[in-house]
Amino acid sequence: MGENSTLVNVVGLEKRFPVSAGVFGRLRGHIHAVDEISFEIPSGRSLGLVGESGCGKTTTGKLLARLLDPTDGHIYLNDEELGKIDLAEIRGQELKTFRRRVQIIFQDPYESLNPRRTIYDTVEEPLRVQGIGGMAEREARVVKLLELVGLTPASSFLFRFPHELSGGQRQRVAIARALVVNPVFVIADEPTSMLDVSIRIGVMQLMTELAERLNVSYLYITHDLAVARYMCQEIAVMYLGKIVEQGETEEMIRHPQHPYTRALFSAVPVPNPRRNRIAIEIKGGVPTPIDPPQRCRFYDRCLSGDDFCLNNDHPPLDDKGAGHRVACYKV
Amino acid sequence: MKDKNILSVQNLTMHYRTRKGDVSAVDDVSFDLARGQSLGLVGESGCGKTSIAFSLLRLLPENAQLLSGNVYLDGCDVLALDEKEVRKIRWRGISMVFQAAMNALDPVYRVGDQIIEALQTHFRGLSEAEARERVRELFPLVGLDPGLMDRYPHEFSGGMRQRAIIAMALSCEPRVIIADEPTTALDVIVQDRILGELRAIQQKMDMSMIYITHDIAVIAEVSDRIGVMYAGRMAELASAVDVFEKPLHPYTHALMNAFPSIEGEKQELKALPGEPPDLLSPPSGCRFHPRCSRTIEKCMGLQPPFEEMGAGHFVACWNPLEVGNG
Amino acid sequence: MAEITKSQLSGLTEPIWRIRLRLLRRSFIENWRLFREYPIGMIGLGIIAVFGLMAVAHPILMEYVWEPRVYDPVIGYDISILAHPSQPSSTHILGTDPLGRDVLSQLLYGTRFGFSLGISAALVSVIVSTSIGALSAYYGGIVDVFFMRLADVVIMLPFIAILIVLSALIEFNGLSLALVYGILVGFGGQTIVIKSQALSIKVKPYIEAARAAGGSDGHIIFTHLIPNLMPLSFLYMMFTVTGAVFAEAALSFFGLLNIRMSWGIMINTAQAAGYLLAGPEYLHLMLPAGLAITMLCSSFYMVGRALDEVVNPRLRQR
Repeated sequence: MGENSTLVNVVGLEKRFPVSAGVFGRLRGHIHAVDEISFEIPSGRSLGLVGESGCGKTTTGKLLARLLDPTDGHIYLNDEELGKIDLAEIRGQELKTFRRRVQIIFQDPYESLNPRRTIYDTVEEPLRVQGIGGMAEREARVVKLLELVGLTPASSFLFRFPHELSGGQRQRVAIARALVVNPVFVIADEPTSMLDVSIRIGVMQLMTELAERLNVSYLYITHDLAVARYMCQEIAVMYLGKIVEQGETEEMIRHPQHPYTRALFSAVPVPNPRRNRIAIEIKGGVPTPIDPPQRCRFYDRCLSGDDFCLNNDHPPLDDKGAGHRVACYKV
Repeated sequence: MKDKNILSVQNLTMHYRTRKGDVSAVDDVSFDLARGQSLGLVGESGCGKTSIAFSLLRLLPENAQLLSGNVYLDGCDVLALDEKEVRKIRWRGISMVFQAAMNALDPVYRVGDQIIEALQTHFRGLSEAEARERVRELFPLVGLDPGLMDRYPHEFSGGMRQRAIIAMALSCEPRVIIADEPTTALDVIVQDRILGELRAIQQKMDMSMIYITHDIAVIAEVSDRIGVMYAGRMAELASAVDVFEKPLHPYTHALMNAFPSIEGEKQELKALPGEPPDLLSPPSGCRFHPRCSRTIEKCMGLQPPFEEMGAGHFVACWNPLEVGNG
Repeated sequence: MAEITKSQLSGLTEPIWRIRLRLLRRSFIENWRLFREYPIGMIGLGIIAVFGLMAVAHPILMEYVWEPRVYDPVIGYDISILAHPSQPSSTHILGTDPLGRDVLSQLLYGTRFGFSLGISAALVSVIVSTSIGALSAYYGGIVDVFFMRLADVVIMLPFIAILIVLSALIEFNGLSLALVYGILVGFGGQTIVIKSQALSIKVKPYIEAARAAGGSDGHIIFTHLIPNLMPLSFLYMMFTVTGAVFAEAALSFFGLLNIRMSWGIMINTAQAAGYLLAGPEYLHLMLPAGLAITMLCSSFYMVGRALDEVVNPRLRQR
């Protein structure tokens, strides 16, 4: 399989959560958490999914890991071992086999490890439930992974409990657990946002290094643009369940085009006391996407929106040159 | 002529008693805060920055022990006051916006009424109408519509609640405001607005501010001076520009190199080896020495003094970086 | 052979089971150290130990010291004494009951029964509440609605009254009482408590991680959900013991249990013969059994309270 072949291809992915109200639980509408999004991740590359809380980025991650069932759409995985499959369709044994290829790393290292199980039990669990290898083989694999994530010597970590490790070490255990089954695609949901500054870079570098060594692609979900810049070759910005802009990382950071992306990027504080950053204003706050109108999701907060934006559907994510795709009529 | 420093902290040392032993949370920390100045305290979790804030307000938990040190607010020794006098100082002298302050609003009372109550507790004789008028003036300052006064907290978004808390902290016109990670739980755009408002108010009201955070980028934007803390001690204290451009302490330098930014060219990030120490048994000598790239023999045995190395540039290091090496 | 390769690979010098055993021992010692800090729990444990000694003492005394004809708790009769009940004496330390049986022997014999009843009822309730609570929380939906409404109904039932009515239909012995009581408690309030705990565990990322690894529902419930519920379940076991011992006493008092001897029956015997309010000289008929019931109930309750502090460390950060 070549370097630039597509690993993951998401087409029209959609997730709606019913909202009920009142004593009798009458259906009031749907939250459009993920609203017909499409994107591709080439094999060996990582995509950063960026946005504010409630924009649907975590839901997207859970859909791709099939921890949630999509309402509609397709998630194609081009896998050397399993061939091309639509993750949105599979069930039962097929789904279980797919779990070897796609794994997830969670945000909070204090909550993502079972406090009553040793590090060995935690990292071995995916191998055990997948029925991979015998006892000795599994142990060897666990030891190898712990060493890969920098927990050396592994024997001194195997039979410790999560509460005996620091936050950074726990997150390394979580990474080892995700990678122990040899996945090709890993969804990382804010894996470093709970870690201290001096620890964070180590974990970020480890993830980058492992991606290259093990040929893994990440969907890196984060609210921190600076982190996304260092972790991903491409960035997609989400707003209210829609991807509003996607492109090469450096291109996006230098020339953001969508009004929302521009406001978002300009609001990121910079570690330079001399710099007088001027934030681009937008109106109001993030609304809840309960049955949003057809027009552009950003219209109500946009300063450059006009009647055309008001009267037409949400703009398509069009290529504005060099793979930089923007969902805006005004760009 | 009054002293130019509104707040002066001298040799503050504090322990937490735990069942495993004493945690040396704050060790011999000194700093001054000038009138109208904004001081940023930056450091990782457990470095003692929040403990300092609690010490200043005398809000320490029961198991905390102030071993030594003085805190002077406008010449008055805060640590020597009795509980009744301390209560006067809180809010009017120093007020604080906590990390999880968004959840500090009582859900059964209207937001405006809660601020009015705080005002009336601290200014006896202030009429209801006067207090209301005061809140009406405060709300726009923090970017809230005065019409929202009669709403309940659950009708507010996270950012609005944090603004209301800031308004409450400002209501008694304190001389010093302490902001402890007030924007950590908020999204970037909201954070940016609140930072801007906080800075503007602080300058407009000529208030002094201590801003506590782990985020170097945020600290760069809100501070005149920056104190870098590590493992309960102040490692470096200097003007914001000096800390960023001429860091003397290797820890400060390492922090700067470990912080991703979206500005400028993509720099290579350098990870810091090791982990912050366990303060139950902190390392001997300089607490940073096990992770430091410039450790010399002296560092292991002797605690470096916190000394002025340039104009207003304090550092605690036996082997500091050369000036201009940042 | 496998053992050898294993230890070579990971640098472990011991087989895994021995390491696990050591971990178990260590966590037990840690928890014991915490538990020891609560005097209330230690007092409770002390009382339980005394009861334990009493239970063990009875068969030994019957075998080697006491004449079975005289001291048997049920059919014994001391013909050397003319009028029963008799006052405490050197031969009968706590006197004899209206039927001429030795009170101390009855008390010791009743201990074993009280213990086994309390603990089996607690076991039943914990098995029921933990599995129902875990299933309701994990599957939610109709399963949850059914069991929670059932729990609401069970909570509203007056237990003692229900047991009295049931005793008209079923002949209760110790085991069936433990079973019925355990089920009533298990389906009632205890399920709701366990379920709310299970709900908070169910949303933890490690459950999601297990699912993302391909773990089945059964795997997740048994390796993640239930082990994390165990401390709470164990705690509620302690409180159930208290309830069960008390329920037995109440039913025996009304003479509704078909058992040979228990503390409740001792009081019932005294009551049936009209000595309940007969005056201070007959106190030895009521007081030992009454005190034993109170003490056993409170000892388990005290242990439960101390365990509560260990399991739910509200102030443990200190």
